[in-house]
Amino acid sequence: MKHAFLAGLIALVPLSAEVTVIQNATIMSEGAKGTFKGTIVVENGKITAVGDNVMVPAGATVIDAAGQYVIPGIIDCHSHIAVDGGVNEGSVSVSSMVNIRDVINPEDIAIYRALAGGVTSANILHGSANAIGGQTLVLKMRWGQDAEGMIFQGATPGIKFALGENPKRAGNPQGGRGAAATNARYPATRMGVEDVIREAFNEAKQYKAEWDAYDAQVAKGEHPLPPRKDLKLEPLKEVLEGKRFVHAHCYRSDEILMLIRVADDYGFKIKTFQHVLEGYMVAKEIAAHGAGGSTFSDWWAYKMEAIDAIPYNAAVMTKKGVVSSLNSDDAELMRRLNTEAAKAMKYGGLTREEALALVTINPAKQLGVDNKVGSIEVGKDADIVIYDKDPLSNYAKVQKVWIDGNKYFDRDSDVSGRPLKELEKKKLTDKEKAAMPAPNGRRPQ
Amino acid sequence: MKKFGLFIAFAVAACAAANDTFLIRGVDVYPVTGPEVKGVSVLVQDGKIADIGAKIVAPKGMKIVEGKGLRLYPGMIDSNTNLGLSEVGAERVTVDTGELGEFMPQLKALSAVNPESEHFGVVRANGITSVMTFPAAGGRGGRGGGGQQYISGQAALIHMDGWTWEDMEIKRDAAVHFLFPSIASRAGRGGLANVDFADEIALLFGGGSAAGTYTEAKRQYETQVAKVTEFFDNCRQYQKERTANLPGFKRDLKYEAMIPVLEGKVPVAVPAARERAIHDAVAFAEKEHIKIVILAPQELGKEGPELKAKNVPVILGRTEALPENQDAPYDYAESLPGEFYKAGVKIAFGTFDNEFSRNLPYNAARAVAYGLPYDAALKAITINAAEIWGEGDKMGSIEKGKWADLMLVTGDPLETPTQIKALYIKGKEVDLSNKQTRLYQKYLNRP
Repeated sequence: MKHAFLAGLIALVPLSAEVTVIQNATIMSEGAKGTFKGTIVVENGKITAVGDNVMVPAGATVIDAAGQYVIPGIIDCHSHIAVDGGVNEGSVSVSSMVNIRDVINPEDIAIYRALAGGVTSANILHGSANAIGGQTLVLKMRWGQDAEGMIFQGATPGIKFALGENPKRAGNPQGGRGAAATNARYPATRMGVEDVIREAFNEAKQYKAEWDAYDAQVAKGEHPLPPRKDLKLEPLKEVLEGKRFVHAHCYRSDEILMLIRVADDYGFKIKTFQHVLEGYMVAKEIAAHGAGGSTFSDWWAYKMEAIDAIPYNAAVMTKKGVVSSLNSDDAELMRRLNTEAAKAMKYGGLTREEALALVTINPAKQLGVDNKVGSIEVGKDADIVIYDKDPLSNYAKVQKVWIDGNKYFDRDSDVSGRPLKELEKKKLTDKEKAAMPAPNGRRPQ
Repeated sequence: MKKFGLFIAFAVAACAAANDTFLIRGVDVYPVTGPEVKGVSVLVQDGKIADIGAKIVAPKGMKIVEGKGLRLYPGMIDSNTNLGLSEVGAERVTVDTGELGEFMPQLKALSAVNPESEHFGVVRANGITSVMTFPAAGGRGGRGGGGQQYISGQAALIHMDGWTWEDMEIKRDAAVHFLFPSIASRAGRGGLANVDFADEIALLFGGGSAAGTYTEAKRQYETQVAKVTEFFDNCRQYQKERTANLPGFKRDLKYEAMIPVLEGKVPVAVPAARERAIHDAVAFAEKEHIKIVILAPQELGKEGPELKAKNVPVILGRTEALPENQDAPYDYAESLPGEFYKAGVKIAFGTFDNEFSRNLPYNAARAVAYGLPYDAALKAITINAAEIWGEGDKMGSIEKGKWADLMLVTGDPLETPTQIKALYIKGKEVDLSNKQTRLYQKYLNRP
């Protein structure tokens, strides 16, 4: 029933791409050109020209953004929006066989709200109930398209790992003081979390060896029987082959370091540490491993493992060579990642460009899509946001958002369309009211 | 990093020389209650603002704080937190909000305030000098407590620094936290949180798929209102007997705690999300001749004229919040403060949280972006809050005779990158370092 209300919003979706030119804006490109006043040309969904002296193609739709700011579309490296139902397959300690891709809900209103907050791409993750969680994927916020149309084609798929309090909770529902609770699911401690991951990769390595042997025989022209396909181990094999990114939920420095050593031992890489609230304590080790850190700006003290979180985390990690980003993990926070970035200026003294990078080019790097998005540069996807004021200011409002050169959000249209939506709602409620037989009466089933 | 180190040294030195008499020189003063005055001096004596002007000469030997290029604002006030009462939300042993019992006006948040809570240092580092701390969490109800609660205790107005809770006290009974019943508080936090369309229909018109639910909810509501009314009747009866002081009169701590409410000296603070809940709570307060403050409304509806006419102030929740309903405009929460302001309602802001209390000014700023005038936003986190909680003559603005609760800042305090250079509570310079700055320094310097 509620989806009827969304119809008005879906009507926003454009039919085809055309040539669009944004002029006279302050462009915070997050690319080599830095911040400058100038023009952006968008053709066939790509940025084809950027600069302070650019020819405007004939027949282009020209947008005068004088006094306004343009930034690359914001990328949220940790989100659970657009997921139909629960995000946790928590019944097993290793749930690598499940895939968020199978449960994308393109009608989640959070997608539209994220757009209205300047977000154009998001890493949609499985939950953190298990040491090795489900497969993840990157979406573009193409509101109005179907689930398939939301997928960021070409982005490397991922898998969620989780360390600390969440994965051990299932083994420990009563707070566990030694005695096993009913229906306890291994693991119940950080020691067990490490073991679960080691056991899984022990298996995955053997599985990969079987397949490698098979592939080698096939390559030699032989016709061996293939090994049995294992849907749990297949994604872990991809991790070992570098074809799937590991996004690991973590809090404490001990568990971060633990996972780095496990990955070293089994020969794979952690692409990002997620939350990573104590990343500032082991930034050196994270940087040496080559992992990114995707954290909260100022969340802390909501649980025990968040007690030593500091808002300087992103700045310290950045200064110590970790590619860092700020994420939301939350449909509300997701709408204002631009001002979350500003907090890294306050806490730790990052520059404006460094701060904005935390929600644009850096998460693009962490998701392996920095060749496509994350900055306003020629050849990249035209994922662009216009703000009325400095995007690092709390007074700034998103005005327009493009993805692949198509406009998906326009504040003016949103505001002017509200009376019509109110009317539509009233019609529906009136209709429903008319269908009521009598006050407090029952309708036939 | 270097700058930071020096700053710490400066703050520590200032504390060592602690006194509450000094002169801030050449500063731009934003008094909140009047227009800003640039490049003046502010004389603080015995913890109070003694003078503001261009030509104040500091007596010999008086400490001088150079304010050139900086701005001076009154310290900010968060009108709803659980500071001192809750340390780690997920760990019940560290949480002292949400006591058991239906009518518990005798409980005092103040005496459970842990002055050593790490939250105080973290929150005040952002310029917040005082807060209301409530005996129950969030907009409504307690955490972990059993069953329905109507009165959760006395909320205290406290300063953000002190050796003990007595040092921190501004007013121990600034409000009595009153959870007035409302219909269909399905989500347990008042009003119709995230109500589905079908339920909304059922509530509006009765019947529908949730037939029975509404009738049941209404019956339950009426039972609860009767219970509350009976409690207030008993309070009145007690008050009479107390005044008469007849032989055999027995002192009762619950009723005793309600006397200041009945006398109109202490307001009840009532969470009310929906229009109808606001109306019902205000009507009840009027019937009982008690003062009321509305907490965390989610809509204004047609309540503007009533709130304005009856001088009922409102503590708005975070603007950094999602709309309650699927079909509400995306900027619903951000726009709400502007609506209340335009209706002429007196507003202040609360974060209804400890973790995000430090972001109080940013919540106010977001309301400005979506329609609240800047001056009104600033007042809502300073003077309005002081007035609503009954201390407007002592705090909330930079005026002669008021406490020197001051923040010395580099720019607009509602903007994130603005830095707090110094903070004063009753004229005493407060240490801006905290657990987080210490961990920052420690690990920034890790070899």
